Amino acid sequence: MKKVIMGNHSLSYGAMLGRAQVIAAYPITPQTQVVELLSEMCADRTLDAKFIKVESEHSAMAACLGASLAGARTFTATSAQGLALMHELLHWASGGRMPVVMGNINRAMAPGWSIWSDQNDSLSERDTGWLQFYCSSNQEVLDTVIQAFKVSETLLIPSMVVLDAFSLSHTYEVVDIPGQAAVDEFLPAFKPPFRLNPRDPRAFGGLTSPEHYFELRYKLQKDMEKAPSVIERTGREFERLFGRNLGLVDDYLCEDAELVFITSGTAGYTARVAVDQLRREGVKAGNLRIKVFRPFPFQKVREIAGKAGKLAVVDRNISYGHHGIFYQEVKSALCNEEPKPPLFGFIAGLGGRDITTESFKDIAAYTLSKPKPEEEIVWIGVKL
Amino acid sequence: MKKWKEAEKIIFTSEKDMPTMPMSLGSQLHNKTGAWRNIRPEIDLARCIQCGICWKFCPDVSIYIENEFPAVDLDYCKGCGICAEECPTKCIIMVEEVK
Repeated sequence: MKKVIMGNHSLSYGAMLGRAQVIAAYPITPQTQVVELLSEMCADRTLDAKFIKVESEHSAMAACLGASLAGARTFTATSAQGLALMHELLHWASGGRMPVVMGNINRAMAPGWSIWSDQNDSLSERDTGWLQFYCSSNQEVLDTVIQAFKVSETLLIPSMVVLDAFSLSHTYEVVDIPGQAAVDEFLPAFKPPFRLNPRDPRAFGGLTSPEHYFELRYKLQKDMEKAPSVIERTGREFERLFGRNLGLVDDYLCEDAELVFITSGTAGYTARVAVDQLRREGVKAGNLRIKVFRPFPFQKVREIAGKAGKLAVVDRNISYGHHGIFYQEVKSALCNEEPKPPLFGFIAGLGGRDITTESFKDIAAYTLSKPKPEEEIVWIGVKL
Repeated sequence: MKKWKEAEKIIFTSEKDMPTMPMSLGSQLHNKTGAWRNIRPEIDLARCIQCGICWKFCPDVSIYIENEFPAVDLDYCKGCGICAEECPTKCIIMVEEVK
């Protein structure tokens, strides 16, 4: 069934069709509608789930972890300061191997107080051991949530499904909402290998001596390394039923490109439009939108970079004192590769400043006019 | 009455077979956390009104009901004192452990 819905409701429908059994969340702009709709679904029994009201995001994630350990499929959603407040428990979720699925609406971190989009909230959680998926359309949000349950439960690693504030969260698009029977066929019930169970009483997450902690972390990393193939396999299974594939990256006209934008989120969709316009003007541009940020799609990035003339990474985030975070990641993926195309790093759109097709044209003009970047960071549209 | 069900012990010879989840590998029956305690609850049953509040509040499930009165499982009681704090008749007092 096709419906016109906002990005936030795409998350809600994804959780509903995935038959989340426990939802615990605390409202924060711009995430609120995600859990508003889910609480209505729980109230009118459209969704047979327990909705736990909590007093903070820290408690929301704590409730999700208990429920996940008890064997329930668990969903929550948050944004910016709320995600930061969850930080400690994000390590609990991944370290404890609890496959919670969470929506995060990218919102700039305060201060100055902001409700608008940038990626510093989710990218500050880069090293917590969560899978991170960046979406650029409402359809992709819904499809990603359903697949994230399967990927997370296969790997026992939690998933963060990320979408931009307002330019996706509050933007209405046509979304093909799959039927419940088909989703049930795709996504079997969650069966963890161990769970809280009075008939087999165990303690979880307790004191772990140096004898075993190291091996637990090795296993988490090894399962992260398996994630790209699990995501691709899950994508193929999803495609067989629904005709759409998640994939690790969205490669648009990169094959013969003299300039490849490397993007994520909704800016990655704007980049496609800019690529079309640049091609009409005779510039062979391409766009590599990174959909899966953790695990980082090293192989895909290396394949595309090996063929590209120049690479322009566009970051809606910054690691202060270093660079844009996607730029760092791309740079690290290519450091031992040959040939190595010139790599340009741009910062754009912090705090919800629009990233437009004009921004991409400015980026293209800079990149094509120089053999290599003249500044460590090129700021797009900064009024200084 | 105490009804403990013991977990099956997970035995592995190589860390390859160790569960990926950080968890107790055997039963908590063998991990007697009461050893951490330095004060213990003592219950004056003559003044106990059998309300069950201590049983309900104990965060370590270390109060059980025996012959309709509360009793303390000292193998697991860590001496936090919540039972004494919550007891409406103050018939539970915390006393120093002396060994």
